[in-house]
Parts: sequence; C-alpha cells; structure tokens
Amino acid sequence: MESRVRIFLLKGALGLAILASVAGCSRVTGTTADTRAGDPVIEPEVDRREIRRPRIDTENFELSGFAGFKSIEDFGTNTVYGVRLAYHITEGLFAEASYGQTEAGRTSWETLAGGVDLLTPSERKYRYYDLSLGYNLLPGEIFIGRNRAFNSALYLLVGAGSTDFAGESEFTISFGAGYRVLLTDWLSTHIMIRDHVFRSDVTGREKTVHNIEFVLGLGWFF
Amino acid sequence: MYRTLLLAALVFSSFVTPAHARGEHYVLVITEPFLDLHTGPGRGFPQFHVVERGGEVSVLKRRTDWFKLRDERGVEGWASRAQLALAVERDGTPARIDQPGSREYLERRWEVGAMIGDFGGADVLAGYAAWHFTRNLSVELWASDISGRFSSGWMVNANIVHQPWPEWRISPFLTLGTGVIRTEPDATLVSSPDRTDQLAHAGVGLRMHLTRRFMLRAEYKGYVVFTSRDENEGVEEWKAGFAFFF
Repeated sequence: MESRVRIFLLKGALGLAILASVAGCSRVTGTTADTRAGDPVIEPEVDRREIRRPRIDTENFELSGFAGFKSIEDFGTNTVYGVRLAYHITEGLFAEASYGQTEAGRTSWETLAGGVDLLTPSERKYRYYDLSLGYNLLPGEIFIGRNRAFNSALYLLVGAGSTDFAGESEFTISFGAGYRVLLTDWLSTHIMIRDHVFRSDVTGREKTVHNIEFVLGLGWFF
Repeated sequence: MYRTLLLAALVFSSFVTPAHARGEHYVLVITEPFLDLHTGPGRGFPQFHVVERGGEVSVLKRRTDWFKLRDERGVEGWASRAQLALAVERDGTPARIDQPGSREYLERRWEVGAMIGDFGGADVLAGYAAWHFTRNLSVELWASDISGRFSSGWMVNANIVHQPWPEWRISPFLTLGTGVIRTEPDATLVSSPDRTDQLAHAGVGLRMHLTRRFMLRAEYKGYVVFTSRDENEGVEEWKAGFAFFF
C-alpha cells in the first residue's frame, strides 16, 4: 500500500518536472523570437579595434664599395675598386656577389725590351666578379679608448667567378679573409685580403696565376 | 629645376629616414624569468643586460636570427630569436616572430642561387632566379659564364622545373628549357668567328633544404645546341651549388 502511494507521488513529481521544463523551453524560444523581432536586449558596446602589428625592420643585405691595391702576376700592382653585395643568411653564414676592376701595368720584359707592347690598352683592362660564401669565424668587439666598443668579425671567403683580362675570360677561384668593424648597426668598414687564382697563358706558357688584392671597404646594411 | 631638386631631396630624405622614426615599434612583454641582451647580433657577443619577467621591450630591427631591442629603461641590445619567441604581446597573444623553416621552404615564392661545374669540359659558373607558382612547379631564368681552354662564352636559359615530392628533405626534380649560347674563341689561340646558337636542354637534379633560408642543389643537364653546321652538338653539364629563398 505504502509503495503504491510512493509510486503515485513520484509519478506526480515527474509530471510536474516535465511540465516545468516544457514551460522553460517555451520561454527560451520566446526570448529568441523577441530578439529576432529587431529589439536587441543587450546593446554590444565593443569597439572593434584595428590590430596592426608594426613591421619589424629586417637588415640582412649589405652593400659595400671597396678600393685598394691589386697585384696582377707579371703585370705589376695597381689600384682596384669595386662593389660587393652580401646577404646574411645566418649569424655566421653569408653569400656575396662582388665585382671589381683595375688596369694591368707593363711586364718587366716590355720595359726592358722597350717599345714592345704585349697587350693593347683595352686588353690591359682587368675586370672580375665572384660569387662567394663567407663565414664570420671570429665575432667580437674592439675597444677604442675607455668608452667606445665596436662590434667586429673576422670572416673567411671562398668563391668562384670569372676574370676578363688580355682578351680572355678565365674561370677564377677566389679565397680570402676580411675584418668587418661595425661603426653603427648599419654602417660597416672592411679590411680584406683576397687571392684570385686562375690559369693563364698571356705570357706564353700556360700557368696558374695568383692575383692578390688588399682593399678597404665601406658598407651599408639595409 | 629647383622643383626637381627639391623632389629628389624629399625622396632621398624619406629613403634615409630610419624606420623607427616613421612608425612605432612592435612591443613585447617578457614572460620567461629573464631575457638576455647581447652587445651584438650573434652568440659570440657578450651578454651585458637582462630584461626581467614582465618587462616590455620594443623590437627595433632584425638581423638574421637576432633582434635589436630597447627595454623600458632605454637599454638597447640584441636578443636571440629562440628567447624572444617566448615573449607575448601586451594582450597575451604569443609573439609573432617568423622563423623561416620547413613550412616557409615549401611555400617559398622566390629562390636565388649560384652553382659551379663542368660544361662539356669547360668550367661553368651559373646564377639563377626562380619563381615558384605552385609547390611542384617553378620557372627559372639562368645566366651562365663558360670558360674553356680554347674558347669562352655565356649562356642564357629559361626553364620549367617540376618537383614531384617537394616535402622531402632531399627532393629530386626534372627540368626542361631553352636558351641561347654565345661562343667566343680565345683571341690568342684560335681565329674562328664568334657564334650565337639556340639550344634546348633537359635535366634532373636534387635540392636539399639545409637550414632556415638555405639550400643545396646539384643537377645534370643535357644540352642540344642547334648549330649552323650539319650536325647538332650535344653537351653535358654537371654542376652543384647553393641557393636561398625569400
């Protein structure tokens, strides 16, 4: 008997609960219907902010000009000047293209024989270019006086290119070392020694020639 | 005349004005216990300052994987990408600092490289620029300088490259193209006239993504030179070199 009463009460409670939940649902539906009618309950007061991140300035290219001396085997030493464009790939590694030109002097044979010219004036023009890979081997700082410190690096360069000289164009291997001192973050100075090696037969017999240059340079990072 | 000069001066001044004078900097908040500042953009440069957790830094410029920062006290120094990437923006979003990695390698658009090798017994030095219009296909423009024992010359080529598996670290490719070759016999040895001939080539090669923007490349190309003589000339070329992408 007692259990039948309990079941009855439970059924009643369940029925009430169902009724309440249906009513609740209808109220919710009613609210959405109201919103759709075009009368928003909450006015959103959020200003949509335009997010613009300032671009970080990257400076991986370095353009520099150089001038100095180049020794051309058998043809004396003359002033050389040119340009270099480097792309810094990592803190250690950089790729570089360079172009330079100078003029060959007279061989000692031409001077001694007198009045003999081995090359025409246009053939004495010496032009070369290189595509090189460089590595900043020893980065560091130099100190000038008590209050000034400049970043520096000793780098090695290995490259290949071509030399136009004496009416011929020769495949040229180059290697060298340089010292870069940064005066500011974007202004660099260079001291560089580089050897250009190629096979030449200008003096009659084919041989390997070494043309060593010593140059000073000024560069700009951008 | 004066107007032109003034205009030129204006253009020049806008060109030389440093970026930080033109706009504000990217500001990041340090979340790690501290951030090291070095005196220069590299591991070798000594640390001279630390920015503590919660400190704000302005990013002034980037060189390779190093960032020049200025902290709230006005101290300027260089921090590595690895450390700075852990910082957040003022609203808590992680720092937006890209690292050219494998994703950028796969989605690269421009590629520039240089290679050396052998062109039918002569030395060849070549440079190229490539434009990738899908992950698999790219077009390339080549300029080659050839230095032989008895002659020298240059060659310009355009080709299309197909890379079937671009996602492989060492990935093979096929190439097909055309161009012109200029042959100039050495003045001191041979007296035959300079020639300019058309050519076509096909080749295979390998690309290897090494690190960041840097990759190695090696290839073989077979050229057919359409000479004015009765027979076409076949030339084989092997070369290897490096490239980087933007």
